[in-house]
Amino acid sequence: MDATSEAHAHDHGHDHKPGFVTRWLFSTNHKDIGTLYLCFAVIGGLVGGILSEIMRAQLQFPNNHIVSNGQEWNTIITTHGLLMIFFSVMPALIGGFGNWFIPLMIGAPDMAFPRLNNISFWLLPPAFVLICIGLLMGESGSGWTLYPPLSSSIYEPGMGMDCTLFALHLAGISSLLGAMNFIVTIFNMRAPGMTLHKMPLFVWSELVTAFLLLLAVPVLAGAITMLICDRNFGTAFFDPQGGGDPVLFQHLFWFFGHPEVYIMILPGFGIISHVISTFSKKPIFGYLGMVYAMVAIGVVGFVVWAHHMFISGIDVNTRAYFMAATLVIAVPTGVKVFSWIATMWGGSVELKTPLLWAIGFLFVFTIGGVTGVVCANAGIDQVIHNTYYVVAHFHYVLSLGAVFSIFAGFYYWIGKMSGHQYPEYWGKVHFWLTFIGVNLTFFPQHFLGLSGMPRRYPDYPNAFAGWNFVSSLGAYIGGIAFLVFLYVVYRTFTSKEHVADNYWGEGATTLEWMQTSPPAFHTYMELPRVS
Amino acid sequence: MRILKWLRTIAAGGILSLSLVPYALAQGVVGKPQPWEMGMQRSFSPIKDRIIELHDLVLAIITVITLFVAALLVWVMVRYNSKRNPTPSQTSHNTVLEIAWTVVPVLILVIIAIPSFRLIYYQDRTPNPDMTIKVTGHQWYWTYSYPDQGNFDVDSHYIDDADLKPGQLRLLAVDSPMVIPVGKKVRILTTSTDVIHSFFVPSFGVQRYAIPGRTIETWLEADKIGTFYGECNQICGQNHSRMPIEIHAVSERDFKAWAAQEKKAAASASVAQPAKLAAR
Repeated sequence: MDATSEAHAHDHGHDHKPGFVTRWLFSTNHKDIGTLYLCFAVIGGLVGGILSEIMRAQLQFPNNHIVSNGQEWNTIITTHGLLMIFFSVMPALIGGFGNWFIPLMIGAPDMAFPRLNNISFWLLPPAFVLICIGLLMGESGSGWTLYPPLSSSIYEPGMGMDCTLFALHLAGISSLLGAMNFIVTIFNMRAPGMTLHKMPLFVWSELVTAFLLLLAVPVLAGAITMLICDRNFGTAFFDPQGGGDPVLFQHLFWFFGHPEVYIMILPGFGIISHVISTFSKKPIFGYLGMVYAMVAIGVVGFVVWAHHMFISGIDVNTRAYFMAATLVIAVPTGVKVFSWIATMWGGSVELKTPLLWAIGFLFVFTIGGVTGVVCANAGIDQVIHNTYYVVAHFHYVLSLGAVFSIFAGFYYWIGKMSGHQYPEYWGKVHFWLTFIGVNLTFFPQHFLGLSGMPRRYPDYPNAFAGWNFVSSLGAYIGGIAFLVFLYVVYRTFTSKEHVADNYWGEGATTLEWMQTSPPAFHTYMELPRVS
Repeated sequence: MRILKWLRTIAAGGILSLSLVPYALAQGVVGKPQPWEMGMQRSFSPIKDRIIELHDLVLAIITVITLFVAALLVWVMVRYNSKRNPTPSQTSHNTVLEIAWTVVPVLILVIIAIPSFRLIYYQDRTPNPDMTIKVTGHQWYWTYSYPDQGNFDVDSHYIDDADLKPGQLRLLAVDSPMVIPVGKKVRILTTSTDVIHSFFVPSFGVQRYAIPGRTIETWLEADKIGTFYGECNQICGQNHSRMPIEIHAVSERDFKAWAAQEKKAAASASVAQPAKLAAR
């Protein structure tokens, strides 16, 4: 960090920040685009979260009528899933933290293609509008998996379904452009001396994620293009009456869909590594193992897709293969969990809010991981496929795992990004309320699933009433916790205190901690050297 | 007020469901979800027996792993707290440890995988079925066809809340159930005439999608006389939650009698049909 850019940071008037419209609408600055992504993720999460509260309110008692009919219900669950994935978790972890911290961590002045960066953000708001049209028209009741024939023009004739499909196209293009940008930046713009094996784990996680996006999203784009053609232009890719096959869509969808779940969790792995290392004041344990575990998860993630289709009538030998391949994923994941614990082992552990989220992450991710082993068993899956057991499983890894890592990143970096520190007390309140709320919501869903409650039901046999009631109570606590989060944001941005460059001290060793908080509008006018 | 009513239902769930006697074919066991159930539904078939056996093994393993990880987390939080351990070590490698936590999970997975492979091949299909039932999903009811019992169909609809008779289970009971002989291997062929549905009977451990344009084979066997409930388990539109499955397993003799009666009814219906059309 040289003296000149430090002087810039303290003198905002001379930081060459453009006017509001130019700065926020035409932005090419990676930090501003990162901020836009993060704000967008909060909005997406808020709308998706309101939908989940409506869903839990409906399911609180059997024979409830908060949601007026099954079609409306199906639209709500579809939109909830798509919003949370494409408009909350991905923008936060990839567009948000990725844009903010990849350049800062590798010592690059900005992303490789700043204008591409701008368009990849601005494709998202129109996609969001389209998906909300699908919701408000009540015409996208296919589930987020979009399986035809239910999503075809005979059974879902409205334009709302097309809006939802086009929304996915836009969001997909956005992710693709972002992924290309990330890959080029990481391969070409590392500071002198930063070899791939010296790169921070967060950057590695984003690199693997970008490759997954690059390979998976085009397959989704192909599948939904075929679906749009089936709906509007008389083709019959997925229509058996025209020689098409609904199961083909399932293969294409899950060839994208399974890597997609790793796309959502890998950047979280990166964040958790940094948080744990910082607050244990120890370097990460088994760095190379951590890197190649992520690469292995990425690679194996592409060859396990049909474990989502164990009861779609695929051949028994095929099932045997996909079961075995899926079980293999437990190994690199286990390596990561144990390496995180080993990082804390012998460290000087400080239980600040970011670390609480990281430890919370380890706990919920372990639960979600081991129930994954149960789901991966094709034999057992025959009675838990599409039940609440699966709902509990993927919410433990995503709604809890990925979201906990987002909050860990938020509390870890908000001082760096805004220059103001969050209120520690309220951060902890936020953590504990969320932790209790989400566990109360999702743990009983394992019981419901084992007992045979199907997912995507707006109403259920009375025997399931008990645990549904508990689950709904948990969801309300989780909802209150989100309000606490908004209060934390408010307190952070209105606080008068300014934080130092490296406010976490000796444990925080990556390059972003050499910058001022917040960093100057343009950083690394002179490239740092990494020894 | 409804909230109070349902709270009471939740609390009294267990007692309530025991006190009412199933009205139709009252004999035999009942395979259905129980209030506050925490595990799998009771097994009434050899397939489900094996599923539960494997699930018990896996559940034990994953519980131990989860508790182990949780204990380690608590331990590092307490033992290596900055108050207790102000100077951190700088260890970042331990080859033996790293190999151990790669190899041990592999071994555990092998332990899980061996019985799993055995199970999926057992579940897949049965070489010598005693009879065949074709299950056709529709928006939103099921049709059960008995091609080798006289080739008749049974349409099976859910019962609206207002029409429930005492003892009938809400969203589980149907007007005409599937009937099977107890202790016989029944080949199930699933298909659909519109969207994808899923034929799911938890107490038998059976589930297959019903996909238009395809026929998927599996099998089931009831090991006790009784009534067994299932549900459609793949989103299929508006009334996805309103196409339950009810199966009656009866003795061989009762089954023959029932099949003969259904066959006769089907025959007279097809004779009566032109008359009905003419009347319209």
